[in-house]
Amino acid sequence: MTELISSGLVRGMGIGSTYALLAVGFVIIYRATGVINFAQPALMILGAYATSVFATGVGMPFPVAVLAAMAVLAAVGMATERVALRPMVGRQPFAAAMVTVGVLTVLFVVAHRLIGTQVRTVGDPWGLERASLFGVSVAQVDLAKIVVSLVAIGAVGLFLARSRLGLAMRATSMDQEVALAQGVNVGRMFSLAWGISAALAALAGMLVGTSAGGFEAITALVALKALPVIIVGGLDSIKGAVYAGLLIGIAEALTRTYQPRYAEWLGANVDVVVPYVIMIVVLAFRPYGLFGTREVERV
Amino acid sequence: MLAVKNLDVVYEDVVLVLKNVTLQVPAGAIVALLGANGAGKTTVLRAITGLLDVHRGSITRGGITLDDEPLHHLDAPGTVAAGVGQVMEGRRIFTELTVEENLRIGGHAADRRSVAVGLERAYTLFPVLAERRRQVAGYLSGGEQQMLAIGRALMSRPRYLLLDEPSLGLAPRLVQHIKDLIVEINRQGTGVLLVEQNASMALSIASHGYVMETGKVVMDAPAEVLRANDDIREFYLGLSEERAVSFRDVKHYRRRKRWLS
Ligand SMILES: Nc1ncnc2c1ncn2[C@@H]1O[C@H](COP(=O)(O)OP(=O)(O)O)[C@@H](O)[C@H]1O
Ligand SMILES: [Mg+2]
Repeated sequence: MTELISSGLVRGMGIGSTYALLAVGFVIIYRATGVINFAQPALMILGAYATSVFATGVGMPFPVAVLAAMAVLAAVGMATERVALRPMVGRQPFAAAMVTVGVLTVLFVVAHRLIGTQVRTVGDPWGLERASLFGVSVAQVDLAKIVVSLVAIGAVGLFLARSRLGLAMRATSMDQEVALAQGVNVGRMFSLAWGISAALAALAGMLVGTSAGGFEAITALVALKALPVIIVGGLDSIKGAVYAGLLIGIAEALTRTYQPRYAEWLGANVDVVVPYVIMIVVLAFRPYGLFGTREVERV
Repeated sequence: MLAVKNLDVVYEDVVLVLKNVTLQVPAGAIVALLGANGAGKTTVLRAITGLLDVHRGSITRGGITLDDEPLHHLDAPGTVAAGVGQVMEGRRIFTELTVEENLRIGGHAADRRSVAVGLERAYTLFPVLAERRRQVAGYLSGGEQQMLAIGRALMSRPRYLLLDEPSLGLAPRLVQHIKDLIVEINRQGTGVLLVEQNASMALSIASHGYVMETGKVVMDAPAEVLRANDDIREFYLGLSEERAVSFRDVKHYRRRKRWLS
């Protein structure tokens, strides 16, 4: 029971909430611009790098370092949108998605240069401490991941639901022409979507970087897990991204904990495949994902 | 004065849909822009409000001025800020947002205070909207959606309001209601450019009217002249040779008949 909670549920939710952060980033850009942003993994690893520089290099207090890294990445995201994506407005969403693959390549090369080949850390804000949750000992790092992610996503949700700019972003995602006619600067909404999404990716990068063993450039690939997450949750649903992120994280952790024991014949690294298996199963029954809207067009 | 002068508009760089269109809306006036489907009325409004590029259209000649300041180099948010509001064809409300959110987005560029004042004004003009402020706008009836679209356009406190076929698809009683509202909005100091296929409704409240046909202004006269004009009566009645044989002809016939109904 203890193992189920600490290694299964809590660790799974820890991983899953990181996926959720990345997935929410995908959803926000998708809803605002209709484009799937494949550059997200590079933004994430650059975020981990920036946190590492600010926290261990410059020596900022950890929370300040994280906020600074998010701000830097928000700026990178906005610049990317302005330079690479804005000229694609009005073109095929597929072509724009391919542009983001180009952006991924460029940013990944940059990340590789910056990070080099050695393993880095973002510092050790949570250490190996364990905390007690309803009498069960769980890793503090897992709790931190869950709390940080959900607070960040909650803040974004509140911003979208309550603020003037959030309303304008939602209106833009529903009908760009009508939003324009109300005086909304639609280009600025695209920019904002990229900024928020890149900041969330940076936060996810920081969380991934706090895992034991640190991070290297190739750790960026973790962010690809967000793809099955958005398919399962529904491309256009933030709620879906959160639930699907947690679901897939937990499924992965449970597989990692129990599969070697009860289904060893499946071989090693089965947990890596699990998100895709879930994706295929969900797609078979609900083509628009668990929370997606019907008319969403697949890219 | 909102003035369109010698305007040519082209879609996709090839289709010339407006040819030498000139029209004026004096401050505080109601001006009607009439014409059959496809005449180019909506395109005129898109040109005024900076929405042509969304439709791959562009102005190739002439221009638009607002109180003698050029308007045609502004983007859509710029024209809203300059004081031009619009109710688009087909209402185009945000069906997934609440009534109040729809109104608030209309006041996007306005400051907090004017949003509060604007909401107050909208709910006074349209008490039905006040009752349903928290409801998702998609559940409103056609007439209520039209009111919401008008209320939304007023949130930016425009000096000129462009309305694209506000009576389309509404029952006669509601058309009457919308007409009264337009008169009231105008009385409160807003100039109105009223695009309509329902000529009798539009000409009954307008001081001046323009008639468009295949991208050109073919008539330009005070409303009472147009109301009395035999050509208009005959052309838009056009019943003499019509034989309502197919369903399409029936629709056509009805549409034409509406002009004087
Ligand atoms: N985006 C577009 N691309 C090409 N042609 C268009 C476009 N929009 C409208 N048109 C054409 O321009 C003409 C005028 O259309 P419109 O301004 O919508 O007329 P109206 O509002 O009077 O019905 C029509 O022939 C229409 O087919
Ligand atoms: Mg039209």
